[in-house]
Amino acid sequence: MNPNLKRLRRTMMFLNCQKPGLIKDPYIYKPDSIMLDLEDAVAENQKDAARFSLYHALQEIDYHGVERVVRINGLDTPHWQEDVRVCVAGGCDSIRIPKVEHAKDVHIIEEAVRKAEDEFGREHGRILLMAALESTLGILNAYEICTSSELLFGCALSGGDYTKDLQTKITGTGVELNGARQLMIIAARAAKKQCFDTVFTNLDDMEGFIKETEMIKLMGFDGKSIVNPRQIAPTHKIFTPTEKEIDFAEKVVKEIDSKKAMGIGVFTVNGKMIDIAFYDGAKRTIDMAKAAGVYEGDL
Amino acid sequence: MINSVGRDIPDQVLKDTGMKVFQGSRARNAEEYVKAAPKVRAWIDPTESKMVADIHEALVKCGIKDGMTLGFHHHFRNGDKVVNMVMEEVHKMGIKDITICASSLGSAHNPILPMIEDGTVTGIQSSGVRGKIGDAISNGKLKGYAIMRSHGGRVRAIESGDVHIDISFIGAPTCDEYGNCRAVGGKSDCGVLSYAVVDAKYADKVVAITDTLVPYPNMPASISQIDVDYVVVVDEIGDPAKIATGAAKPTSDVRKIMMAEYCTQFVVNSPYFKEGFTYQTGVGGASLASTISLGEVMKERNIHMSVGIGGMASAMCKLLDEGWIGKLADTQDFDIDAINNIKTNPNHIEISGSEYANPMNKGSYVNRLDVVVLAALEVDTHFNCNVVVDSNGMITGAQGGHPDTAAGAKCTIVITPLLQGRIPCVKTDVTTVTTPGEDVDVIITEYGIAINPKRQDLIEAMKGVKLPFTTIEELRDLAYSMVGEPDPVEFGDRVVGIIEARDGTIIDVVRQFKPYEYKD
Repeated sequence: MNPNLKRLRRTMMFLNCQKPGLIKDPYIYKPDSIMLDLEDAVAENQKDAARFSLYHALQEIDYHGVERVVRINGLDTPHWQEDVRVCVAGGCDSIRIPKVEHAKDVHIIEEAVRKAEDEFGREHGRILLMAALESTLGILNAYEICTSSELLFGCALSGGDYTKDLQTKITGTGVELNGARQLMIIAARAAKKQCFDTVFTNLDDMEGFIKETEMIKLMGFDGKSIVNPRQIAPTHKIFTPTEKEIDFAEKVVKEIDSKKAMGIGVFTVNGKMIDIAFYDGAKRTIDMAKAAGVYEGDL
Repeated sequence: MINSVGRDIPDQVLKDTGMKVFQGSRARNAEEYVKAAPKVRAWIDPTESKMVADIHEALVKCGIKDGMTLGFHHHFRNGDKVVNMVMEEVHKMGIKDITICASSLGSAHNPILPMIEDGTVTGIQSSGVRGKIGDAISNGKLKGYAIMRSHGGRVRAIESGDVHIDISFIGAPTCDEYGNCRAVGGKSDCGVLSYAVVDAKYADKVVAITDTLVPYPNMPASISQIDVDYVVVVDEIGDPAKIATGAAKPTSDVRKIMMAEYCTQFVVNSPYFKEGFTYQTGVGGASLASTISLGEVMKERNIHMSVGIGGMASAMCKLLDEGWIGKLADTQDFDIDAINNIKTNPNHIEISGSEYANPMNKGSYVNRLDVVVLAALEVDTHFNCNVVVDSNGMITGAQGGHPDTAAGAKCTIVITPLLQGRIPCVKTDVTTVTTPGEDVDVIITEYGIAINPKRQDLIEAMKGVKLPFTTIEELRDLAYSMVGEPDPVEFGDRVVGIIEARDGTIIDVVRQFKPYEYKD
């Protein structure tokens, strides 16, 4: 299994491949992933130039471990085949497929990637996929999409297009996205995949951004799409366990490990009743703390 | 002769100027000297008027003649009209061989260019020369050497007699008929007249030029009547829109915010961040952002700054108004908030250029600095900084208070992006040394932070602090790995400018500009 399937993806920062200055060193802001965009941000007559910059960036630049996701153009465009070839030739980590509505959309890209890997002599299965759900149909088919491929690590909501399809707009209250968010997180978890929330574009409303990010964290999302480096630190803060949570999780894991050996199933930690059902959650907290670089314990 | 920062100063320059080479920041400490003094024309007769009709009459009464040195201040920044109006009159009178000794010159003074070409102006001494004058000097159009001095260095040069100003023209936002000048209350307010104080005290003749004549006495005066010979009223001494803009909006450039955040984290984790600390910062985007974020930490931890020193802008004034700073010792105002603040807050106080930064008086304010946050065009692996000559070899910046504050502060932090476009800002050797590395402690870039190895105490203090520490060599290597190592800038042979260290010795020279030639 590709170890990157489950990597930490709290932030995925969109960067326009048409602008070399943006893609030359985004790792200094320390996002978990960058989303190198060939799609909407790139002017129709600049697709080729953007692919050229992308290829050289992927080949030349050391992104210091930041995941390099490329958003290719949709299956309804004349660009996606060439986009996939550049992704494979350049050696990106993952491909975000836009406007996915059916499992077969993922299959088409999966097949194109495989062909390109053969063409460029690359190993199969190294490049992962993610599906952007941008329509009501895509949301309703979320489970089918999430289970479509072993190389697919998760799905992401694209709020702008989705609300257009829903015949409403982004209101700032989140009410228009409630259904989609609930459906897709349930589908993603049922398929054991990751799930990412849509962008928040009003950079002047940092308070609104933080509120929304706190909410989607509580809903179960793994991370959020980011449009500006300023959104990275607050998102990481929200997705990083607090010292108290880490401390509790550590105790839970250690106690369950030792009590299991003694044949005890239920006990208390900090006055709270604990059993084996807490184990995975506590482990996840520790993993998250480790990935965020704040865990200093011995687990 | 090689100086202590490794720069070869041509013997001819030493011979021509009688100057010595730089031997280290503190080489002249404790040296004793006798101050220079101006020639004073006594003013016993109380019926005599100081008012003259125009600049022409002032020049005549001051005895203008070929070869004189004229003094100017730069408090009107790019809105200054005084230098041009005086020089136009000098030019009209056919006077030649003038040396302009200004606290700074900028692109507002582009009209001086033809006067350099026709020999009206043959000497320029300034903290910096931006715009066309910089180009002209770099291209060898000035007959003599241009001398670039820091703000403290200019005061030192005048007080010690290295340069003698024959006539100084002091643009005064308000002035009364007996010569009391203030920087507030007029049409072209600039807040303070700090850099003009030394001119008033040491020039033989002092002319106050104002566009707002006010009733006597104009008090409290920045420049006193006892030092002023003549008063001229003109229509406009400056363009208020260019003297001070509205408070600069905090930068939204994430790269600058990131460097500012690193800077703040460095400062608060340093031994200097404690109740009563002293601080100075510039007005660049990253500097302003670091003042704002430092202010937030001061509030969180209930730590007060006893004094903020130097050029002022809104961020520092706000902290003063809120009670987080005890005093502002102000030498220049960069925005309207700062100008308004000095009018309204009694703890916001004007100090003279000598008080600020003169290394050869009995102790200036910069000596009391804990932390200064600066910028630079280039820094090198010896921590030397260049703030005057751009990476193409053209004179384009100003020392300002950079070498002064760096020498005075216990902790000197320089913030610079690693690259400007394709040009590395961290290099093996800077094009021109303007502040010696011995006075620079920390370089902060968006890629990492390097502490000067001579500051083992700071390296020790930062152990366990979560900041991206690295070495200066690693920063340089990183920069070169991204954009390649640039060829050294090629210069012509002729020395066109002297970079004077604040103690009056030569730290580097600038040679004539030579366009880059591509190898086939």
